[in-house]
Amino acid sequence: MQGSSAEDSAWYTIEREGSTFRLVVGGSWIISEARRLDPALRELDTAGTARVEIDCGALGRLDTIGAWLLLRTKRILEHRGIVVQPVNVRPEYRALVHTIDFECRAPPVELPPPHSFASRLERIGRGLCHTLNQGYQLIGFFGLVVYETVATVVQPRRLRVAALVHQMEETGLNALPIVGLLSFLVGVVFGYQGSDQLRQFGAELFTVNLLGIGFLRELGGLMAAIIVAGRSGSAFAAQIGTMKVSEELDAIQVSGLNTVEVLVLPRLLGIIITLPLLTFYSNVMGLIGGAAMCYLDLGITIPAFLHQLRSAVVGWTFWIGLIKAPVFALIIAMVGCHQGFQVERNASSVGRHTTQAVVESIFLVIVADAAFSITFSLLGI
Amino acid sequence: MSAAEPQAVIRIQGLLTRLGGRVLHDHIDLDVLKGEVLGVVGGSGSGKSVLLRSIIGLQQPTEGRIEVFGQNVADLDGDELVRMQIRWGVLFQDGALFGDQTVAENVQIPLREHSDLTQQLMDEVASVKLSMVGLPQDAASKYPAELSGGMRKRAGLARALALDPELLFLDEPTAGLDPISAAQFDTLVRDLQRSLQLTVFMVTHDIDTLRATTDRIAVLVDSKIKVGTIASLRDDANPWIHEYFAGVRGRAALAA
Repeated sequence: MQGSSAEDSAWYTIEREGSTFRLVVGGSWIISEARRLDPALRELDTAGTARVEIDCGALGRLDTIGAWLLLRTKRILEHRGIVVQPVNVRPEYRALVHTIDFECRAPPVELPPPHSFASRLERIGRGLCHTLNQGYQLIGFFGLVVYETVATVVQPRRLRVAALVHQMEETGLNALPIVGLLSFLVGVVFGYQGSDQLRQFGAELFTVNLLGIGFLRELGGLMAAIIVAGRSGSAFAAQIGTMKVSEELDAIQVSGLNTVEVLVLPRLLGIIITLPLLTFYSNVMGLIGGAAMCYLDLGITIPAFLHQLRSAVVGWTFWIGLIKAPVFALIIAMVGCHQGFQVERNASSVGRHTTQAVVESIFLVIVADAAFSITFSLLGI
Repeated sequence: MSAAEPQAVIRIQGLLTRLGGRVLHDHIDLDVLKGEVLGVVGGSGSGKSVLLRSIIGLQQPTEGRIEVFGQNVADLDGDELVRMQIRWGVLFQDGALFGDQTVAENVQIPLREHSDLTQQLMDEVASVKLSMVGLPQDAASKYPAELSGGMRKRAGLARALALDPELLFLDEPTAGLDPISAAQFDTLVRDLQRSLQLTVFMVTHDIDTLRATTDRIAVLVDSKIKVGTIASLRDDANPWIHEYFAGVRGRAALAA
């Protein structure tokens, strides 16, 4: 282990003289040597000694970690009741050793093990409380929005028409290409799979019934709602969240404006107006896709398709699809805006709440759809 | 390396930076000597931070050479660049701590990547570094969002110092701190610079910080750079420099 040059690797030797114990250290006590030195220094055998001298005269280089290793050794020995005396410490190292010795008085913290049973239990508990709290807050937010909506109905001048029109363009008009394309494709897939199965019973014509009822009653509305939740629900959360991070929300409030009135109502009304329209559009595009598939695959002409469609879609079917749309719209807008207001003042929480807005609104839209299904079947329509 | 005569740790020659059609640095030269604290000042938008980013290789200079430890930063890539990056530490303006990791984990990131320390030793080292920058021990297990701005800066400094760099870059270290915290931070930088024998390149607005910590000052004004001490810059003919050091705030800070 003995070395001579200052740039050499780190070394230490032990010399015993009676009850005095000399720890001579030398070479470069730096980070790359620390792993090798560390274990031996923890277990220094000092049995029978009352005094230890740490001789630093041969030290070539010393960095924070080297200095810490020496200081830690000193403290471990002192803890055993041994008097420790550093000798030959070069003046250029004194400042560093002094800084570390002076600042690092507290014992190193014991970090709790991250994967213990207790910490898992704690995480589950925290998650549950968080979810319940979210639900509670969402209900509170809903109440606030209802209150503001009623206030606006009483005083229609408070409605921001320009913002409303802008939101309708953003959430409605700009969503037309993607909603149209996806609905058309789903119509094609639905038509193809339906005809494939029904042909086995010689009931190809009923593909039209399947398409008509499936799309008008369920699929069109769900498609539109899920796409809008992904496009606009996330945008609501991100826009409002960013405004919160940059303190724009606070600025709105101190300017005597009402954040719900300025930010939430235009978005809420915009989406409530446009989502039923998008649902209708999605229905039409889905049926066009299905009709195209019926013509190509089954040879059902367009007039025949329309004739069969008219006999299949009776009573409430069409309206049931549309009635649900404003409710879905309400869910998407409420969840998106609420998540936006939940953002904390750091950039990463914007992303987290945006994701949560999408997940939560799609989840609630499907739950609501199931509730509608049950209600309608109880009502017999 | 001989310590006999001062060497330039950073040597900038003929740096020209053009950003968005505007010339930020017009053929500037600057040497930062080993073991000194150099403060860079200048009005908003004068290109102080861009200069710092250019030196640490985040921004390509339009023209000119920037040498750090005798190597042109723009020419380095791969392992050479990593070896260079280990020798410097950077404190970004708001600490730039990773939000999904605790303070202790943040400090350990450079150790984990560039050293072979055991987890136990890394915990100890993180704790030492946090103590050195004056953070209480219970800060180690907190997340950056739970800390105040001043504590985040200290934690960022601890991370910058994790690998015992020779060269430290500080971007507005005292911006957004209250005067007492700012003064403590100044003392901290000076103390660490002495005990770790650091070379410090500091971008700042704060004239108190300049007085308390720097050996020399570089002023970026009209796309040019002027280097001096507070005393010599105070009588400068350039109106901006004169106003900066001899204006109301400058006089008050320097009289203190």
